[in-house]
Amino acid sequence: MAIYSLKETKQPPKSQTKAILWLKDNLFSSTLNVVLTFVALYVLYLLLPPILNWTIFDANFDLTADNQSCGREGACWSFVNANFKMFIYGFYPQEELWRVNTMFGIIAALVAFGSLIKKTQYRAHYIIGSFLIYPVVAFILLYGGLGLEIVETDKWGGLTLTVVVAAVGIVASFPLGILFALGRQSEMRVVKFISVVYIEFVRGVPLITILFMASVVLPLFFSAGMDFDKLLRALIGITLFQTAYIAEVIRGGLQAIPKGQYEAADAAGLSFMQKTLLVILPQALKISIPNIVGSFIALFKDTTLLLIIGLFDMLAIVGAATSNSDWLGRDTEGYVFVAMVIWVILYSMSHYSKRLEVRFSTEHK
Amino acid sequence: MSELINKEIGEKGCCDIIEVKELNKWYGDFHVLKSVDLSVKEGEIIVVCGPSGSGKSTLIRCVNFLEKFQEGSIIVDGTELTDDVKKIRQVRSEVSMVFQHFNLFPHLSIIDNLTLAPIWVHNETKQEAKEKALKLLDRVGIKDQAEKYPNQLSGGQQQRVAIARALCTSPKIMLFDEPTSALDPEMISEVLDVMVELAKDGITMICVTHEMGFAKKVADRVIFMDEGQIIEQNTPDKFFENPESDRLQLFLDQILTQ
Repeated sequence: MAIYSLKETKQPPKSQTKAILWLKDNLFSSTLNVVLTFVALYVLYLLLPPILNWTIFDANFDLTADNQSCGREGACWSFVNANFKMFIYGFYPQEELWRVNTMFGIIAALVAFGSLIKKTQYRAHYIIGSFLIYPVVAFILLYGGLGLEIVETDKWGGLTLTVVVAAVGIVASFPLGILFALGRQSEMRVVKFISVVYIEFVRGVPLITILFMASVVLPLFFSAGMDFDKLLRALIGITLFQTAYIAEVIRGGLQAIPKGQYEAADAAGLSFMQKTLLVILPQALKISIPNIVGSFIALFKDTTLLLIIGLFDMLAIVGAATSNSDWLGRDTEGYVFVAMVIWVILYSMSHYSKRLEVRFSTEHK
Repeated sequence: MSELINKEIGEKGCCDIIEVKELNKWYGDFHVLKSVDLSVKEGEIIVVCGPSGSGKSTLIRCVNFLEKFQEGSIIVDGTELTDDVKKIRQVRSEVSMVFQHFNLFPHLSIIDNLTLAPIWVHNETKQEAKEKALKLLDRVGIKDQAEKYPNQLSGGQQQRVAIARALCTSPKIMLFDEPTSALDPEMISEVLDVMVELAKDGITMICVTHEMGFAKKVADRVIFMDEGQIIEQNTPDKFFENPESDRLQLFLDQILTQ
């Protein structure tokens, strides 16, 4: 038998620079990888020059140019400048635009102020309070009342409409989705049956169908003379649709919670509500964050379908703007601009979701 | 008062705190518990052992109604367990359980794990609950980890937290469901030490475990179960020195020669 002395802890060998090591590991690690690297480079070579030429090198950045003086070989960004207000506010009256700006300003302030609050206890109060009060404030600002002039919803459009629809859909579908997810897990047969039927029915139908139903079928249930706001119908349709998806996402999270968690909560004497709210849901929601945000991102993109029932979201506004004889044929500029705006918003959402995951992580750090 | 008298006469408990009568349970067609009778006196420390699948975990899990049973009755501290949610919660507020896989709440810090039930079930103030929790954490030797999360601790530490969590509601009865089976060998003793300390305090304990050293040291009674029934029960001395049934003899031979 032998006895060994403890060995020294050493630094790893530094044979190559980091950059070369990275290239070797990621781009040229195998024959297939080498081939793929060159194919990718070739595709970039084909695609990048025309894209860059159109958007930058051949483009006209003179923001006062009109359609004729702009030229046809590149993008005409004055189109975006000239229609900017329409993209953002739709047909909202010029002199009332401050109301939309205030609404966006308040939400930015709420988020900024919220991130300053350190104590979790106060943060919960703050968030719940904001969720209860802000929608009312936002509604009064946008629609009117309390001395503000009424702006009918058919004047709403552009990014404002997109954000309003997505936000209402997200905020309303989240609690409803939790209820249906719990309902589907419930031991009460009737509750479970209703939840399953609802979720499976909605998931089996495309959003367009639901929007049509909300806009055409829903009014049939109300008396003939009653004018039922078109936007409200769309919001109901979108919320119903999103609820089913959120419910399924959260159910996935609920199923990932080990049986031992339920048992520990039961054994401690917690009631069903306490067990659900204090032990099960916080964990299930944490697991579900990436999928919940993914579902919200899908919803945000789905708002473009509102065009079909005659609401002008940001994408539909491009069509409206280019049908103006001053700007015929400038669709591409409009769509590229809208794509960039939506990308920035959605990328921020997905980035925020990653930060949430890190913040709620209780693993080894 | 009764405790005093009992100490004087050198015996534990005048009264049965747990009474299990004619308990029958099936998983589908499988008969897990076959007419089990068991009464436990206040302050008694019972170790239950037996081969896997013998129904020992199922038995103690019936005592706090984590498992439903089809026939028989269980009375815990005067409350009979039925489907009545109030009675179940009443029993559970007096009975704490420590699990094989700890089952700490991973989204809560250690201190919040301990104070959850005292605050929500026993209506204690946060301050009271926290003070008691820190005392208990001190007792199990991990006071300095109070603000950490369960996944940042070792298995042995987690199980000690679980014991502290179980004690935090000042239970009359502690159930241990194989508390050391999921631990690395070098961590078993730190958990057993805590349990031995606890046994000295006079709390009623039922432990499902294969730690025979623990049984010899603290148990008032050792129970051997096989195929869903109690085969033999005795004081630790007689249980280990003179096993009466062949099956217990065989079982002891197997685990003691490991």
